[in-house]
Amino acid sequence: MDHTALELIELGAVFFGLGLLGRLGGRIGLSPIPLYLVGGLCFGTGGIFPLGDIGEFTSLASEVGVVLLLLLLGLEYSAAELMTGLKRSWMGGLLDIVLNAAPGVAVALILGWGPVGAMVMGGVTYISSSGIVAKVLSDLGRLGNRETPVVLSILVFEDLVMAVYLPILTALLIGVTFIGGLEAVGISLAVIAVVLLVALRWGRYVSAVVDSPDREVFLLKVLGAALLVAGLASALQVSAAVGAFLLGIAISGSTAHNATRLLEPLRDLFAAVFFVVFGLNTDPRTIPPVLGWAVVLAVATALTKIATGWWAARRQGIGKLGRARAGAALIARGEFSIVIAGLAVSYAAVPEQLAALATAYVLIMAILGPIAAKFVEPVARALQRRSAPAPAPTAGN
Amino acid sequence: MEVTPLPGIGVRKDFALRNGRRVGVVTHRDGQIELILSKSDDPDACLAELPLTAEEASALANLLGAPQLVAQLNEEHRDLPGIHTRQIPVLENSPYDGRTLGDTALRTRTSVSVVAVMRAGQAHPSPTPDFTLTAGDLLVTVGTSEGLDNAVKILKNG
Repeated sequence: MDHTALELIELGAVFFGLGLLGRLGGRIGLSPIPLYLVGGLCFGTGGIFPLGDIGEFTSLASEVGVVLLLLLLGLEYSAAELMTGLKRSWMGGLLDIVLNAAPGVAVALILGWGPVGAMVMGGVTYISSSGIVAKVLSDLGRLGNRETPVVLSILVFEDLVMAVYLPILTALLIGVTFIGGLEAVGISLAVIAVVLLVALRWGRYVSAVVDSPDREVFLLKVLGAALLVAGLASALQVSAAVGAFLLGIAISGSTAHNATRLLEPLRDLFAAVFFVVFGLNTDPRTIPPVLGWAVVLAVATALTKIATGWWAARRQGIGKLGRARAGAALIARGEFSIVIAGLAVSYAAVPEQLAALATAYVLIMAILGPIAAKFVEPVARALQRRSAPAPAPTAGN
Repeated sequence: MEVTPLPGIGVRKDFALRNGRRVGVVTHRDGQIELILSKSDDPDACLAELPLTAEEASALANLLGAPQLVAQLNEEHRDLPGIHTRQIPVLENSPYDGRTLGDTALRTRTSVSVVAVMRAGQAHPSPTPDFTLTAGDLLVTVGTSEGLDNAVKILKNG
């Protein structure tokens, strides 16, 4: 069989396999991300069925996947929404950083992975999966709930933190000096400020540049602009993903909605490749030794997310059940934890176990998150009844 | 009325009823509307989120809005015996679906006046003869019982 034929067959087998996994996940109400990771683990080095010939394609495709993930995240929020989110939830957001990065940092330091490893693991355990959380909220019919804006504004805050965190991490991973690191941070902060200003004031001009009534032209222009900006950002060592995210924020209004609709299937395809490639590069044999730590992290960061949501919701005057729901909704980690771990792995600045730990952790959290969000209400009701049996709840009508 | 932005999703608009429960809609950014009603024992949570199509939402809005208008008009005509106000629907298979109010010739044939047309929960007062009717509209009409009965038949059968 010639090389091209083999490549096509392998690629086809991978996509078809992912499709089957995704269908299985949909049946049992599971996010496809953990399944893609498992798929990657099976195909990769040390897995059941190693694939070797499509490496070139998949490594570039997974880069595109990260760019699209962040571009669509940016498209999701307008600059105005980001600013109100920032204003409304910065205290909860800061608590979120402290509580949820700490367990990751602690475990990395205990395992002797150094400050860079700690920075990476802190990011992995900090950031919730806005994709999984938004889907869970809508599936469980909680969009109209009063705690939902609290949850969403924490997600918005986390995404803004990513825009600052990723460039810092990139600088650290390259191993620049302290001054060089400060420079990278300075550049990225300045760029973010400029982009937010441009998006707030002149967002429609940015939109006008990429917009087109023709679907094909529009698709090519948006995708081309995203890759160009990502590439330039990468050349400036600000992180390609952040460049795409900022472009997404700058595009606004109906252009953003149309772009989202057009790019969603592409994002799903390339992001799937990204998760698989991450799984591919993780040797499944390295997972069992770190599984214990993954479970410890899962339990600790599930509790710290609940605490974050509880606190933020209480500040908005939400009742106890609502606070519990807000906390549990935030538990899910997913795509962005893998983006952070993937970035670290690509620079080979961290031990191989880190990829294994991040994989195991995300596998647990992506599955645990939706389950916790679903069952938190009956559990919280039962606890409430046990702790306060005397006063019956007063009916509103 | 409380308007709460839901970043990445849309807008929630709701208000508290006298009994403390909240009722309102979540409007998604793609235009999809969901009707929400809070639970009685947990005002933060929703009993249901009912997705409504544009037609369903406007039908519901008519149901809620038209009776108020009719009641108000009835109240105003109380001193005039024999004059009634009634809401007459333009049904799906009505011959006047897509035709103008003038085509019905209601005034000439039944002496009934159309004082307003309710559409998507909004009252279009004093419609002119060139007002185009569509299925789902509610005509708020004033006239004698007999005239109103005839108007119902005309709008149904032509």
